[in-house]
Amino acid sequence: MPRVVMRVNGKEVSGEVEPRTLLVEFLREHLGLTGTHVGCDTSQCGCCVVHLDGRSVKSCTVLAVQCEGAEVLTIEGLARNGELHPIQRAFHECHGLQCGFCTPGMIMSALELLQRHPAPTEPQVRAWLEGNLCRCTGYHNIVRAILQAAEEMRQAPRPAA
Amino acid sequence: MYAFEYHRPASVAEAVRLLREKPEAKLLAGGHTLIPTLKQRLAQPSDLVDLGGIAELRGIREEGGALVIGAATPHGEVETSDLVRRTIPALAHLAGEIGDPQVRNRGTIGGSIANNDPAADWPAAVLGLGATVRTDRREIAADDFFTGMFETALEADEIVTAVVFPRPRRAAYAKFPNPASRYAMVGVFVAETDGGVRVAVTGAAPCVFRLTALERALAANFAPEAVDGVTVDASELNSDIHASADYRAHLVKVMAKRAIASALG
Ligand SMILES: Cc1cc2nc3c(=O)[nH]c(=O)nc-3n(C[C@H](O)[C@H](O)[C@H](O)COP(=O)(O)OP(=O)(O)OC[C@H]3O[C@@H](n4cnc5c(N)ncnc54)[C@H](O)[C@@H]3O)c2cc1C
Ligand code: FES
Ligand code: FES
Repeated sequence: MPRVVMRVNGKEVSGEVEPRTLLVEFLREHLGLTGTHVGCDTSQCGCCVVHLDGRSVKSCTVLAVQCEGAEVLTIEGLARNGELHPIQRAFHECHGLQCGFCTPGMIMSALELLQRHPAPTEPQVRAWLEGNLCRCTGYHNIVRAILQAAEEMRQAPRPAA
Repeated sequence: MYAFEYHRPASVAEAVRLLREKPEAKLLAGGHTLIPTLKQRLAQPSDLVDLGGIAELRGIREEGGALVIGAATPHGEVETSDLVRRTIPALAHLAGEIGDPQVRNRGTIGGSIANNDPAADWPAAVLGLGATVRTDRREIAADDFFTGMFETALEADEIVTAVVFPRPRRAAYAKFPNPASRYAMVGVFVAETDGGVRVAVTGAAPCVFRLTALERALAANFAPEAVDGVTVDASELNSDIHASADYRAHLVKVMAKRAIASALG
């Protein structure tokens, strides 16, 4: 079986994987990073979004072997020294989740939006979330949370996540 | 997914060699059509040849007044490219309407046109601008490239390396997206080029096609009203759970008008 080496949340990791192993399976089953969820497994719902070399991707639609040498960031990599990332905190404060199943993907998707557009408009936030489905919240508080996090991150920027 | 072997060649020549050695091999680009297909066990390639490690396939540049987009360039890179926005903004707009941000971060123009899904967006731009598809061995005119539903002029071991878009005088794309999938229920690309007016329609029929009656009408009068005098024949169009052929025929005219209005700025 091929051996794959990548950096996940800043640490070098490796594993023997079948070529058909998905990135999300590698994260959850080989590394035990179960914060990244699988909702649909058909590239639709966005529960599995992580960052791959700085871009948000659906990790159910990437093979682990394609990530050789890559930099991966998952929801587990966001908090620093036990302190939540501003987007995580805003989801908590704005009631941006109910069951929480979609939340890791929502937050990782929102992170790329705010890296590219530090001051998004509400329609921009809604359009960006096209690939993230939530069965519970009706999206409204998710959008509020992202706008609040944007504001906070503009005022107190922290070094790149 | 059935098991397969994985290869990550560093050059196009090596990728072609692998395809020749392994007759059941398939190319892997962004994987946003192929991986879902493999998950459903609708295909069983023996090997995947990943184009992701071939630097020469990625990037956007100008070449003698034309815009050249490397086959493995993701949609999102086209959407946000300053060069594309300056030279052919309709392409940045079209790329930005594909799927969602995560699909655009992975899916590529080469994968999209090689797949030739009847509802894909890129085929409309390639045909609408009269672009040229460059492969490892030849250049194929857009008019000869898209040959039918999920069919192209590509040979089994042929690799798209880039698409060369001539710069139009003006161009625009208007799409009515399927509300669930975001693929085009109908998408119309209009362009006024040095060689005349071109109109390409995607989503409506089994394969992207040119609406020559509208091209003639627009050559005489490049204005939204020109659409009114043109009949779109529904008998050749798709009917499915999303839309009837008559409705698609209607949408073709509505999208055409919007595209023309937007091309006129
Ligand atoms: C949720 C979702 C929504 C989407 N929405 C849209 C949409 O709105 N509009 C739209 O147009 N598309 C949409 N897509 C499709 C997306 O754009 C795909 O990424 C694209 O069609 C295929 O490109 P790829 O790079 O992912 O190719 P792959 O999936 O890697 O490959 C597709 C096929 O092309 C072949 N191939 C790939 N590259 C080459 C090459 N250089 N030369 C020869 N053959 C090659 C492969 O062997 C394979 O058969 C969507 C996909 C998803 C998952
Ligand atoms: S689990 Fe990946 S998109 Fe739904
Ligand atoms: S909070 Fe339950 S799916 Fe979004």
